[in-house]
Amino acid sequence: MDNSVEKKLALTHFWVAFGAFGLAAVMGLYQVIERSGFFGFLESREVYYASVSTHGVLMGFVLTTFFIMGFGYYVATSSLKLPVWNKTFAWTGFGVALAGVVMAALPLLFGQASVLFTFYPPLKAHPLFYIGATLLVVGSWFWCVSMIVMYMQWKKANPGVPVPLAMFATTGNAILWLWTSAGVAAEVLFQLIPWALGWIDTIDAGLARTLFAWTLHPIVYFWLIPSYTAFYCLVPKQAGGFLFSDEMARAAFILLVVFSLPIGFHHLYMDPEQGHGWKLLHAVGTFVVTLPTFITGFTVIASLEIAGRLNGGKGLFGWIAALPWSNPLVLALILGLLMLIFGGFGGLINASYAMNAMVHNTAWISGHFHLIFGGTTVIMYFGIAYYFWPVLSGKPLYCPSLAIAQLWSWFIGMIIMTTPWHILGLLGQPRRIDSVHYNNLLTLSWEPYEVTMIFGGLILLGSAGLLVYILYKTQISQESYQGEIEYAEPIHAVKDLPNYLNSFGLWNAIIAVFMLIAFGYPILQFFLMETFGSGRWGV
Amino acid sequence: MHIDQLEKRWAGIALGIAGFFVAVILGSALFHGIHAPSNVETIDSAKLHLSEEFAEDKLGASTNPDGSVTVRMVAGRYGFYPKTLTLPAETKLTFRWVSLDVIHGVHIPMTNMSTMIVPGYVAQVQTELHHAGDYPLLCNEYCGMGHAHMWSNIKVVSKAQWEALNKQRGANHG
Repeated sequence: MDNSVEKKLALTHFWVAFGAFGLAAVMGLYQVIERSGFFGFLESREVYYASVSTHGVLMGFVLTTFFIMGFGYYVATSSLKLPVWNKTFAWTGFGVALAGVVMAALPLLFGQASVLFTFYPPLKAHPLFYIGATLLVVGSWFWCVSMIVMYMQWKKANPGVPVPLAMFATTGNAILWLWTSAGVAAEVLFQLIPWALGWIDTIDAGLARTLFAWTLHPIVYFWLIPSYTAFYCLVPKQAGGFLFSDEMARAAFILLVVFSLPIGFHHLYMDPEQGHGWKLLHAVGTFVVTLPTFITGFTVIASLEIAGRLNGGKGLFGWIAALPWSNPLVLALILGLLMLIFGGFGGLINASYAMNAMVHNTAWISGHFHLIFGGTTVIMYFGIAYYFWPVLSGKPLYCPSLAIAQLWSWFIGMIIMTTPWHILGLLGQPRRIDSVHYNNLLTLSWEPYEVTMIFGGLILLGSAGLLVYILYKTQISQESYQGEIEYAEPIHAVKDLPNYLNSFGLWNAIIAVFMLIAFGYPILQFFLMETFGSGRWGV
Repeated sequence: MHIDQLEKRWAGIALGIAGFFVAVILGSALFHGIHAPSNVETIDSAKLHLSEEFAEDKLGASTNPDGSVTVRMVAGRYGFYPKTLTLPAETKLTFRWVSLDVIHGVHIPMTNMSTMIVPGYVAQVQTELHHAGDYPLLCNEYCGMGHAHMWSNIKVVSKAQWEALNKQRGANHG
């Protein structure tokens, strides 16, 4: 099958993603230096908050969305062996999303949208920022439609046959994203845009936060699912082995999609506008989402063990040494899992209903999500990029040993940067401050950690630069490479799969019921009680 | 469909771990009343100074008949009002917070006094402070350019000192 158009489509998405990533990494280093307060000439709160807002939008929304779209298109075509459905439609989605990014970038860079990537009203950004962000989401909906259509096409042509696991996960992610983005879409369309344009005077900040919370947790799984797809479907083969269990992988993806949706409330634990009964209910749901992660840890490590033993590793731990540590995708998984273990521990504390009060909105939270998103998720994006780039560009990977150095430096930089952040949080440092003005003894103890974070930031920027350099050098190489994406085989071939592990129909109905239970009254209440909106406040 | 015995066992263990965490949370919430701060109560942020409760002269600490203390504070860019406050240790405290303008967050480092302050709503937290000393109140939700300048101080004194102070002043204000 000639995949050249699909390759170009995926590669174009990836370049936007990693271009945004490279820019955002520069801002990241600036931010750790600025907030340390050690270099007076760099101090500017206006630049700092514009930078933090842009960094967050580029990393959290642009890198992720474009990477996921590019990855999805190529997974669909290579696993289903189908051409991408309606290529004009796919390119239109890309164009809409890119136009949105450019539109949002203008006010961001001019300091007219320094509302951070969570844009909590009544802080008000320039309307272009909200419209641009909306277009980015609308563009991604084109991708969701493409994935679902291709999945249906394949199912129709292959009745009763299990959908390839990678495509099952990707379709699950498209469905998850449609459900997830509905919350923030409602907030932006019915509240933020009319309000920013001056059509309505006030905004209910409590309702806006509740709608945002609808999106705020499952979005993390939207970002994570491509990494999990690589865990299950790509790494076992690269490591020289097999996938331990295809069925459990499907179960894990379904658990992620179904249970990550109705649990966003733990972001509102400390909020006044929701009652504690609802928070407690969501706390229980939040712990259900630990299950697919526990299962993934087990299945993926078991797959690695099989590979290690097939490679000749002996004894209790000998298989670990026998893994191909020099394969970028395998190394990315090992380092990603280590960060997932540390980050997951922090996440359990955040999710714990009452314990959350100690760390809520402190620097701990920034440390936590930089470890688990900036670490685990993004390092897998790197691993995938190193594996996909030769296939997509038709050029061999430039200097694989440099890629290995890049992955290690990212891991080390992330540990050096996030450990002090966690400690600063426990020492009471609030999140999102540009400098320290508190005339209090406590704040003296923060200084050594601020210094350490600069070293972490330097290593991370170097690592980010290295990634972009390797990808660029690969792209411009004169040599040629022939190869395709190879998916891992399960030990036991999948047969007679029950329909509920091969289709999302039933699960969509279950999600609808869960969403109604979890968010129905909590949103309805704002229309039943007397609420008072607030006006527009600039930054 | 094939599910490995080991995997079944692990799924059981994982379920057990999650179940244990949930049981601890539910136990402390339902039997010990340990809850996240929640109190769905609306208020018009534009008219705080005209309200019964959050008018300027009503702010600060006041002792209730049962000996507990209610602390009323307003958050606005960029400070918490009143700016300084004295509170008793080992006493049941109810903090009630409102915002004048945008969303703020407040916490007292090293304690579990933490809440978001969302305009239009009254945030309420119940806690006890155990150690005497000076504590900062820090804004922990980005609220604009002056976010890092938004803080106030409270002084926590022993219960005996608090009572002596109040007797001297003959008033409820700390």
